[in-house]
Amino acid sequence: MLQANNITFRIGNKPLISDISASFVPGELHLIIGPNGAGKSTLIKVLARLLRPQSGSIEYDHVDVRDAGEADLAKRRAVLSQAIEVAFPLTVREVVMMGRYPHFGGRPGSIDAKIVDEVMAHFDVTEFSDRDYQTLSGGERQRVNFARVLGQLWRDGAKASDDVQSKTCRYLFLDEPLTFLDIRHQIDFMKKVRNFSDAPDVVTVGVVHDLNLAARFADQIILMNLGKVIATGSPTEVLTGDRIRDAFGVEPSFVPAQSGLYMVFD
Amino acid sequence: MTKHHGNRVALLVALSLITLLVLAASIRYGAIDFSISQIAHALASIFPGRPEPTLDQRIFLELRLPRAILCLLVGASLGVGGTLMQALFRNPIVEPGLVGTSSGAAFGSALFFVLGGMLHIGTSLWSLPIAACIGGIISTYLVFLLARSREDGRASIVMLLLTGLAVNALFMSAIGFLSYIARDPQARSITFWSLGTLSGASWKAVEIVAVSTIVGSITALRYAKQLNALMIGEEEATYLGVNVNRLKWIILSVNVVIVAVATAFTGVISFVGLVVPHILRMLGGADNRFLIIGSALTGATLLTLADLIARLSVRPAELPIGIVTSAVGVPVFIFLLRRRRYVF
Repeated sequence: MLQANNITFRIGNKPLISDISASFVPGELHLIIGPNGAGKSTLIKVLARLLRPQSGSIEYDHVDVRDAGEADLAKRRAVLSQAIEVAFPLTVREVVMMGRYPHFGGRPGSIDAKIVDEVMAHFDVTEFSDRDYQTLSGGERQRVNFARVLGQLWRDGAKASDDVQSKTCRYLFLDEPLTFLDIRHQIDFMKKVRNFSDAPDVVTVGVVHDLNLAARFADQIILMNLGKVIATGSPTEVLTGDRIRDAFGVEPSFVPAQSGLYMVFD
Repeated sequence: MTKHHGNRVALLVALSLITLLVLAASIRYGAIDFSISQIAHALASIFPGRPEPTLDQRIFLELRLPRAILCLLVGASLGVGGTLMQALFRNPIVEPGLVGTSSGAAFGSALFFVLGGMLHIGTSLWSLPIAACIGGIISTYLVFLLARSREDGRASIVMLLLTGLAVNALFMSAIGFLSYIARDPQARSITFWSLGTLSGASWKAVEIVAVSTIVGSITALRYAKQLNALMIGEEEATYLGVNVNRLKWIILSVNVVIVAVATAFTGVISFVGLVVPHILRMLGGADNRFLIIGSALTGATLLTLADLIARLSVRPAELPIGIVTSAVGVPVFIFLLRRRRYVF
């Protein structure tokens, strides 16, 4: 369980997010939406402890993470960002293996190699294993990165029963990960995130731009604007005409659809 | 072992053998060529109870042998320095010569000679390398500081190279000035400082450079995995558990020290740190543990070859070694510049 208590993050005098409190429970997919400049990315970075808030606290499993060690945190918290820049010739396998770095000291063990294989297969990037990461397309790279990030949190099947007993959750953060992906991959991606987030010990918080994808896949939506949380709740609760109009400046029409809530904008 | 890992180990073993071969050539050939039996006799004369060494044997023991070993050590330092700098700045086109470290270290050393001469400062064995380190730290930090963008604190590679250019010009002209006012013979030769030479090699130099090279390289190896993580970005490395600020300070310090100490005894030798990691990446990929060990070996080999060329091409005179390294390094630099794989 992830708890944010009265978080404010400022750069100089300017607060990017003010007095934000929120709870994120395991087993659910929480998606943060909002217009540009709303503070969504900042919030994710504070929740992931990349940035430290000037006031307020973040708790993972009811423990304040302010002073947690980097290495320790890295074993249970992973972040998928938009895109990474790599200036050196790294193979795809090497990039994915980096997700396992928090879990081994000198050399990777056989379990790390096994997890890398599994996670690459899960995202269909096994065929790229020995290719130079820089030669892949944007969408292919993002799949590789997702494999890396999930590899960081992957639990070995044989040990799963032990871990379900344990009290600590795993935390997955997604910071606009759908950029550069074509529509097929966007949907595929969201399905995989959805799947992973169902695990009873996983807390998943992501930022997406597409309101329809958010509506379709999220258990909980957090609508932000101007550094504050405007509304929290299920997609139907949060995505009302008035709220969308106020926050995004577009006029929504609600269309009945098989997958639930669907909006067309003007 | 994965396929890559096996290949890399084989490669490192091959590199070690080549280094030994090149070392052998380096002690045999030069202004005077020593035959194998002469070398054997010279080495034997160190042991007590043997006859005193002849002049030729003394030349071998006091000039040739320390020079060859110093060359290996300096080459290793510069190779490792290049790898660390490229890992630190996340760009394959930087090296200590280009971003001001070498010229700062040379300035520190030159200043030490001039002031030491003028003020008769008492000198311990370590005063010179320390002066070089201080000079190197100042120049590198200056470049680092001036090249940072105000928004995200990240140094763009173009800014780094341009600032390095400026800082190099500054320190090289300062060295020129010191050479002009110096009485100390060693500080007087600007050629010595700006183009580098192994001709001042001594066992004292070997001792000091050996310590800095070995300690520095072993320290760097401990952080190889963290440097790997840094390759995909500072944010990502943080998410993988790396304390990025601490890593940067440690690696930058190790980097500056190993390059500065080498430069104190040989003057500025550029481009080794650029070419060596590039070659290794082509052969075995970008893993930093492989690169650090490989650059030490390859740097040692390449610099020894350069020194052989420097000594044999115009013998019995010798070229400053920097001419040889630049002759190879500049085309490589231009080639690298024209490929588009940078994060600018």
